[in-house]
Amino acid sequence: MTLTLIDWFSLFTHFLGVSLLAVGGAISAAPEMHRFLVTDQHWIDDATFANSITLAQAAPGPNVLFVAAMGMNVGLAQSGGAQGGWLSWCYGALGALLCMLGMLLPSGVLTLFIARWSRHNRELKFVKAFKAGMAPIVIGLLISTGYLLNNHNHEWAKDWPLWALSAISVWVVWRTKIHLLWLLGLGATLGALGLLQA
Amino acid sequence: MEKSYTKGLFGECLQAQTQPIVIFDLQMTEPNNASPDSKWDLFWSFTRLALQGFGGVLTVVQRELVENKKWLTYEEFVEDWSIAQVLPGPNVINLGLMFGERHFGLAGAFVAVAGLLCVPCILVLTLVLCFGSISDNPLARDALRGMNAVVAGMVVATGLKLIPALKKNPIGTTFALLWVAVTVLSVAVLKLPLVGVLFVIGGISTAWAWRQMGLIDQAQNTPKPSTSTSDKSSAP
Repeated sequence: MTLTLIDWFSLFTHFLGVSLLAVGGAISAAPEMHRFLVTDQHWIDDATFANSITLAQAAPGPNVLFVAAMGMNVGLAQSGGAQGGWLSWCYGALGALLCMLGMLLPSGVLTLFIARWSRHNRELKFVKAFKAGMAPIVIGLLISTGYLLNNHNHEWAKDWPLWALSAISVWVVWRTKIHLLWLLGLGATLGALGLLQA
Repeated sequence: MEKSYTKGLFGECLQAQTQPIVIFDLQMTEPNNASPDSKWDLFWSFTRLALQGFGGVLTVVQRELVENKKWLTYEEFVEDWSIAQVLPGPNVINLGLMFGERHFGLAGAFVAVAGLLCVPCILVLTLVLCFGSISDNPLARDALRGMNAVVAGMVVATGLKLIPALKKNPIGTTFALLWVAVTVLSVAVLKLPLVGVLFVIGGISTAWAWRQMGLIDQAQNTPKPSTSTSDKSSAP
């Protein structure tokens, strides 16, 4: 299947729209991306969609890069996949570029506008009240997000090694200066050795 | 511009009167922030921190910008993160845009985001080419599970580290901690949708902060040395 110029354009415009839906992080818009790329357009399949998210998580960098991985996979699917040579890689890069640009443009412009506005109006009572009022909420959100990230099987008997590892991670990050990469390496090693399944 | 920013949340209250009623502590932990030397410094710093962030870079951003480089205080980090979180789009990218823009204008915003994305993006795309079907590999899946558990702990710790920043909040420490608890209860235990919590509880909390600040203003009971009409609602 080959994408027409109009398809490429609609890929771009879809992510333009998704950008403004992604309140609370790029991943919160993942269901909408899935609906468009997998269910409606059949440009990539379920496994490829899941792989894109997993790969971006395994690699360093902001989470939003899973969008680039998806765009790459849409492009690669056009001509022979990852083994398809230069042409296929170029399609992949084009897909990644369009998706990332779409994802970042609207929210980026809005953020810049608001950042500038709130800096020029930082004396306004509303701006101060907003910053003061939101502070405890976003701190609470961080704590909850961390907790939700670890909700694997909903079975304490199976999950306790993962919870224990998370608890160690909380303590180390909170109370020590140990480099985060050591901690991630520990998690990956324990996982790969199969020690996290009870 | 940066100088007055570093006074932080309500440092401006100090300017107008000699005898402030100290309802909340006005001293910042780090009165003078460092700042990036140049756009290159900004770019490489953000590239370096992005390359250390597996499963999300928020914890690294806090460690590097607040604790190591001291480009932000904890209070400023919470303020910026509030805005980055409420606005649509990837949160860390929003944070980078705001930080870059503050120091080097529009160009700074681009440089910060380029730093966060360029090198990691090339890495991710290479990985897609080489290990496209990583989810089928049981070893990789198990390793990722371990990394996810670590990342979950890191994000919780990031939140915990920001709690002391609430001491200076005009809401009052007790109420601020109460709002933290209500948020955790709604999102983690009751599993209410994040966006709803952000806007409903955030809205109530903002209204509460507004009311408290009004009370603080009244308590200080000083005539307004108003300099401009547009800023009539600012502190005394």
